[in-house]
Amino acid sequence: MTDAITSKTAAELAGDFRDGTLSASEIVDAHLDRIEALNPELNAFLYIDADRARRRAADLDAVRAAGNEAGALAGVPIGLKDLLCTEGIPTTAGSKILKGWRPPYDATVVSRLEAQGAISLGKLNMDEFAMGSSNENSAYGSVKNPWDTSKVPGGSSGGSAAAVAAGMVPLALGSDTGGSIRQPAALCGVVGVKPTYGRVSRYGVIAFASSLDQIGPFGRTVADAAFMLEAIWGYDHFDSTSIEEPPTPVGSVLDDGVQGLRVGVISELANTEGLQPEVAAALQRSAGQLAAAGAIVDEVSVPSIEYGLSAYYLIAPAEASSNLARYDGIRYGLRVEGPDTAATNRLTRAAGFGDEVKRRIMLGTYALSAGYYDAFYGKAQQVRTLIIDDFARAYERFDVLLSPTSPTTAFGLGDKVDDPLAMYLSDVCTIATNLAGAPAMSVPVGKDAHGLPIGMQILAPALGERPMFQAGAALEAAASFNAAEKTGGAL
Amino acid sequence: MTIAEATTVIDGWEPVIGLEVHVELKTATKMFCGCRNEFGGAPNTHICPVCLGLPGSLPVLNRQAVEFAMRVGYALNLNIPERSVFHRKNYFYPDMPKDFQTSQYDEPITEDGWIDIEGVRIGIERAHLEEDTGKSTHVGTSGRIHGAEYSLIDYNRAGVPLLEIVSRPDIRSAAQARAYVAELRAVLFAIGVSDVKMEEGSMRVDANISVRPVGRERFGTRAEIKNMNSLRSLERAVDYEIRRQITELESGGTIVQETRHWNEDDGRTHSMRSKEGADDYRYFPEPDLVPVAPSLSWREEVAAQMPELPAQRRARLVERWGISADDADVLVAVAGLADYAESAVDAGADPVEVTKWVTGDLLGRANESGLSPAEWKVTPHYLTETLALVADGTLSRNLAKTVLDKVWESGDAPSVVVDREGMAQVSDSDELGGLVDALLAEHPDDVVRYREGDEKSQKKLLGFFMGQLMKQTRGQGNPGVLNQLLRDKLNGA
Ligand SMILES: [Zn+2]
Repeated sequence: MTDAITSKTAAELAGDFRDGTLSASEIVDAHLDRIEALNPELNAFLYIDADRARRRAADLDAVRAAGNEAGALAGVPIGLKDLLCTEGIPTTAGSKILKGWRPPYDATVVSRLEAQGAISLGKLNMDEFAMGSSNENSAYGSVKNPWDTSKVPGGSSGGSAAAVAAGMVPLALGSDTGGSIRQPAALCGVVGVKPTYGRVSRYGVIAFASSLDQIGPFGRTVADAAFMLEAIWGYDHFDSTSIEEPPTPVGSVLDDGVQGLRVGVISELANTEGLQPEVAAALQRSAGQLAAAGAIVDEVSVPSIEYGLSAYYLIAPAEASSNLARYDGIRYGLRVEGPDTAATNRLTRAAGFGDEVKRRIMLGTYALSAGYYDAFYGKAQQVRTLIIDDFARAYERFDVLLSPTSPTTAFGLGDKVDDPLAMYLSDVCTIATNLAGAPAMSVPVGKDAHGLPIGMQILAPALGERPMFQAGAALEAAASFNAAEKTGGAL
Repeated sequence: MTIAEATTVIDGWEPVIGLEVHVELKTATKMFCGCRNEFGGAPNTHICPVCLGLPGSLPVLNRQAVEFAMRVGYALNLNIPERSVFHRKNYFYPDMPKDFQTSQYDEPITEDGWIDIEGVRIGIERAHLEEDTGKSTHVGTSGRIHGAEYSLIDYNRAGVPLLEIVSRPDIRSAAQARAYVAELRAVLFAIGVSDVKMEEGSMRVDANISVRPVGRERFGTRAEIKNMNSLRSLERAVDYEIRRQITELESGGTIVQETRHWNEDDGRTHSMRSKEGADDYRYFPEPDLVPVAPSLSWREEVAAQMPELPAQRRARLVERWGISADDADVLVAVAGLADYAESAVDAGADPVEVTKWVTGDLLGRANESGLSPAEWKVTPHYLTETLALVADGTLSRNLAKTVLDKVWESGDAPSVVVDREGMAQVSDSDELGGLVDALLAEHPDDVVRYREGDEKSQKKLLGFFMGQLMKQTRGQGNPGVLNQLLRDKLNGA
């Protein structure tokens, strides 16, 4: 019974709650049971908000019993990446420096989900301040990949991807600065969406790199991801970079097919260094399936995409070096007392930040320094413009673009921790999207020889979520990826 | 001496001075959040996630702050570019919640203007928007962060909008520095963007000072002087620093580029910390804000609503009221004083009389009490009423002064004070004549001496008699009537 509930999609659960087949309490209990059973092994949840979730479920059941409307997501359990501020609930961003901090306010996306009846079961593990591609940079231990617990789940939203893949929640929110939603989605065999920059409010999202960060959904199906995206997106006065123009729903295009849709396969990423042969094969298979479904598929070159990684590793650390300055031991979080204020700042940061965070703060500080600004940060911004221009040219001929999400399937825990550059390369396919401020999503399309999932990335121009979801749904239908093979299998 | 002449050249050295003036804008709410922008208040009561820089918080620019900056732009002949950008100025300081200050760098909201002060044009490089920091109280011996036992921080001020007005190095003396700041203060007050109170810190002035041999083009090494809390201390500090640098150079020393702290008590500037090699603030565009691009219609609206500026107002008062340029200067220079005077005149008082009372008697009291004209219990209406009582003979000038004293203390209407204290002037000839007769009868010798005396002793005796009569009438006898009666009776009428 329990597994029958936790293998349902969010859309099914919302329907079951609405028509009375299941109560919110039954749904929540089933998922909490599963979290209790699996979390000790997977370490996806950093904080399980069981009591509050049960109370919310009871409240929603009462609302329904009284014959009142409880919201589109009523009764659906969700998980929240631990960089989303939740009022009164610990929020760490995966860092020791925020251990024990309880924000006095909710992120906009959190209030929107709750207003529509979603029930948060807790906070999800992540790489510290979203810096990482394996979730091994969490101050609270690595998350394990539910398909093979000796493998990483990807990062930085590893907890979100693993929780959804393992059936702990049907939906979760993650954040994507350079691929932090799409890459773990690919490695964990779930759908992950990075919306257009400015589509989803960043208010209450602990910042990594402000000009690149974007919140997005994880689901086990394209439809579920659309379901959650539609609940969170839209203008927010509290985020100055929020787009005012209202979004057009994407849920309605999922059955539209791809007849006549122009799909460009990014040649630079189809042949990228270190591309696992099975991933390369999956790309060709996916392109073929879309063509078979009526899409017009061709190769396209986006030359500057290859400089994306270098530009990203200047811009993101530069912004991070400034965003993370506030963790100084004065007002909240960790404080290591020194003989004077400057020493307190220094000791707190030395003790509170992990190695990768320190590395990026140093990188970013250097890139912004007088005398180096033009050569590094300035140059990186020029590359960013080039990438935007190259994409614009590609979208003159194509509606969406296609590439692998990650060059490889999930790698082993510990394999890349001592080689930051190798780790950075696992984001080579996803990073350019963030620099362009455009949307992209990862859809599971198959498995490698070890049974590990392969994700395919669909990219679209800014505000192009509709064609992106159209292609995503078509790919999902053609690939007939079976997520259930893992659930109850490896675990 | 005019401002143009007020340049200081000492032993062939010429000072070069540029001023950075920070002004707190009196917007209803803070720069990037909805917290009230209010001076005072219990510590840490006007705060929220945004102005505390809590993780996840984001700034939203205050439209009124932009509008105030635009007003300043129009008042100081600055250009308002079509686009301006916020930058982050990165440095660690505990009263700055984000450990960076949101400020402006190479694309300020206004740039390249000037202000004329009595014919001297001082260039203004830019006026840009930025946020204020919180306020630290360092507890311990020094009162500064170094060596403090502990520090308390109040974030009420964090995120209050500031406008930093940067002059060009066009100022050549302490007197000019003072005149520039005084004019700036009058302008900012007139356009309603700030309280401009140096004592409360809503206007803060830093001075960059260097000296060079007269005739040399290149600037000398400069020192930045901080902590001047009034126009007077600004003038003293600048004057001291000019002389200090000249003395230093003449004795073969060098000037260190540094920040120096003005100490009001010992009248000197003191080195704070060396600034060898400028601090690296790692400015970069604030990614959480979008560029500011005021529309043409908004600009036109702000330009059309610009109030009269001090220079225009001075000219108008001199012309329409027939007062002196000096009096007009005082009226316009003191925040709120000209408004006060104009209200009184609008209520029917004579402009020359009003100016006399306002710049003399009332301003004297105000300087003692520190109250601004809007806070005076002697309202413009009460002044008008008092002057009317003088005009119709109810009060002498001296009595009027006494009445205003009482109104100043109590806030009661002048007519109420006059009635309550029985202060109305007595002009009745019969009543006063009786008093004169009685007085002369009491002093027959003096009357004889008057009648036989020369002009000088007559004048003296007249003064004596008047004094006695004013004493008897407790100052309420009409001096004109009494004088006439005395003369008539003494001259044997
Ligand atoms: Zn606030």
